[in-house]
Amino acid sequence: MVKEKLLMGNEAIGLGALHAGVGFVFGYPGTPSTEILETVAKNKGEGVYVEWSVNEKAAMEAAAGAAYAGARSMVTMKQVGLNVASDPLMSLTYVGVKGGMVVVVADDPGPISSQTEQDTRHFAEFAKLPVFDPSSPEEAYQMIGDAFALSEQLGTPVLFRPTTRVCHGCVSLQMEDCSKRITPEGFIKDASRWVIFPRLTYQNHQKIEARNEKLRETFSTYRFNFLEGAGRKGIATGGISYVYTKEALQLLGQEPKLLKVGTPHPFPEALALSFLDGLEEVLVLEELDPVIERELTYLCGKHHLNVTIKGKLTGDMPNAGELSVEIARDRIGHYLDLPESSVPSLKDLPTLPVRPPVLCAGCPHRASFYAVKQAMKGKKAVFSGDIGCYTLGNAAPLDMVDTCLCMGAGITVAQGLHRVEPDAVNFSFIGDSTFFASGLTGVVNAVYNDADIVLIVLDNSTTAMTGHQPHPGTGKTVMGEFTQKISISKMLEAAGVSFVRRVNPLDLRTAIQTVQEAAAFRGVSAVIFESPCVALGKPDAVHMVDSKTCIGCGRCVRELGCPALVMENKKAKIEPDMCYGCTLCAQVCPVGAIRKGGEEA
Amino acid sequence: MNILLAGVGGQGTVLASKLLAQAAMEQGWKARTAETIGMAQRGGCVVSHVRIGDRVYSPLIPYGTADVILGFEPAEAVRCLPYLKCTGTVVAAKKAIKPVTASLSGFDYESESMLEFLHHHAGRVIAVDTDLICGQCGSPKVLNVALLGAAIGSGALPFSLEQMQQTIRRRIPVRFHDMNRKALQLGEQAAREQMEKEV
Repeated sequence: MVKEKLLMGNEAIGLGALHAGVGFVFGYPGTPSTEILETVAKNKGEGVYVEWSVNEKAAMEAAAGAAYAGARSMVTMKQVGLNVASDPLMSLTYVGVKGGMVVVVADDPGPISSQTEQDTRHFAEFAKLPVFDPSSPEEAYQMIGDAFALSEQLGTPVLFRPTTRVCHGCVSLQMEDCSKRITPEGFIKDASRWVIFPRLTYQNHQKIEARNEKLRETFSTYRFNFLEGAGRKGIATGGISYVYTKEALQLLGQEPKLLKVGTPHPFPEALALSFLDGLEEVLVLEELDPVIERELTYLCGKHHLNVTIKGKLTGDMPNAGELSVEIARDRIGHYLDLPESSVPSLKDLPTLPVRPPVLCAGCPHRASFYAVKQAMKGKKAVFSGDIGCYTLGNAAPLDMVDTCLCMGAGITVAQGLHRVEPDAVNFSFIGDSTFFASGLTGVVNAVYNDADIVLIVLDNSTTAMTGHQPHPGTGKTVMGEFTQKISISKMLEAAGVSFVRRVNPLDLRTAIQTVQEAAAFRGVSAVIFESPCVALGKPDAVHMVDSKTCIGCGRCVRELGCPALVMENKKAKIEPDMCYGCTLCAQVCPVGAIRKGGEEA
Repeated sequence: MNILLAGVGGQGTVLASKLLAQAAMEQGWKARTAETIGMAQRGGCVVSHVRIGDRVYSPLIPYGTADVILGFEPAEAVRCLPYLKCTGTVVAAKKAIKPVTASLSGFDYESESMLEFLHHHAGRVIAVDTDLICGQCGSPKVLNVALLGAAIGSGALPFSLEQMQQTIRRRIPVRFHDMNRKALQLGEQAAREQMEKEV
């Protein structure tokens, strides 16, 4: 039955994978990829297995195993997750798979919610793997099925890389409800196929290069690589940039010769040559790296074509950040020598409030950061942070994140800092999900090498930043099953950390005292701040400021930076709709003006 | 038709944009949206784009082409004004949400000055006392539906109150139906009354 639904790009990818017969799905949450796996979990039929793996490397390897056994498998992650999973992926290229295996990696131009602006199309070239680059949720739905088919046909993992605006855009989409069931053949032992050795790598390397060369032909007739329009000045584009280009051309009333690339690697060479034929110059519109631009420049050299290729490398397009219809319209208008467009210029806006993201009102991380800050007042201390909601502890007035690099790095960066400046107390902050994903290595390294650091685990019993996924410490799986809860404190003890304390951060006095003890301890000490994420619970007793008692010192507003606290008429005020009743401000108030419920005078 | 929703993370812009897109689909039109999901959802600026029609490619609304801006917060409506057509309508909540930085840096702003700027630069402005409506409905969470109601009341959306009510019934859990129906009606009424006053 054909149904029309409003679907997010990530939902379209998840459903497309189910309709293509995916049987085993693994992943680690990361914006903008998270909803793909969640969609599979919500819509899967009997017999489909889904898990949040402990990190991307575990997910990639598990998906490879499933594909070795002949199943169609999928692994999902964000772009930086592929860095973690690159070790298995680089080798898997040489070994290959039996069942179709699609590696979905969501890129984040901007970046909007990421550390890097890396380009997975480049990663595909590096890993010698085919990559699909959908330009819309509709295309993503179709393409994911093509990716499974190609993977199985060639016996290789295939990359699939949507970008944020494809992942988080919704469209009205028609689709048939037709989940396919594929019974895997099972694992067939063959050491010459599944065990990687230098000799196997050498042999397969030759085959891979030949296969990729052939794909440059095959992809030239692929349905999502195509030409449009006519003229002497061409435009080349792919992914989401294609729709910005189309819309800009519609606004400009132009239909130049256009190459749309849906498989940036291996590049559809024959199609590109027929595009370049008769052109004087080409403007390339793409986000992140100049992948299409370099390919076209290479083809011009290879085939002695006198065509000028313009883009990021020539300074004709911006080399960082997202593209937009506006940028596309301006640059294409300039390139096609069109008169300046008569679009109304931006109005002069008044000064507007700066609104950076902040920790939620009532967030227990605020209390944890505040306790450490108070405990270390006047002492030399460095605070190494990590990836998660708690990166927001960097903002004023907390200002408690001195370094942040990548998942798990807070623990190890602190060790390096401490080797150079042993007189400073070095703190590492890490969330519970990040601890399981990549914190353990750093802890073992610290104990083994006798580092002197204070580990602060911010345990809010969920993966909050990406939308509250379960993890090994929560006792639940994405399929809704109960499972063994892994204890962070027991793991730390087992790793040889002899100072381990579990504290409620909302009990400020105990929290400060415990941090002071941990800081005084020589060696690795750990404080686990345990308090659930407020977004998962209901507000407790909302607090209010008694304006008669309040002396207007502003300490609560100035020191905590809670979004529910404001100064009004020189007195503190709590927005009742935002307050969660965490009581931190009441504990900080020097005159006891903040109380549960009650009436304001 | 282009509708831009501007607000602060946590105000319910994503659900409102889904309701608009869903309502458009139920009228047989194509719809496309773009959302802010991720770090900005923690109290930062969030913008949802809703585009209705067959010849729409980009999920993002180009500058100067929005027919309607739904401002969940007055300063955020101002921030997104470059998206508005010169004849476009702004439907904005009156209540300012002051960021923590405002309390700390001493930079402050008033809702009135933002609304005044909107009045000077938009084709039409409907300012809604959303605090009042939310109070009457018993939850701050109905802000998004109250604004949808006001936008319908302003005549700027291609939907009737009944059509939007049907969409809400399909998309929102039953236990919230009454509350949201009331918010939608009160929003629509507030916009109509304001327009009658202006005439």
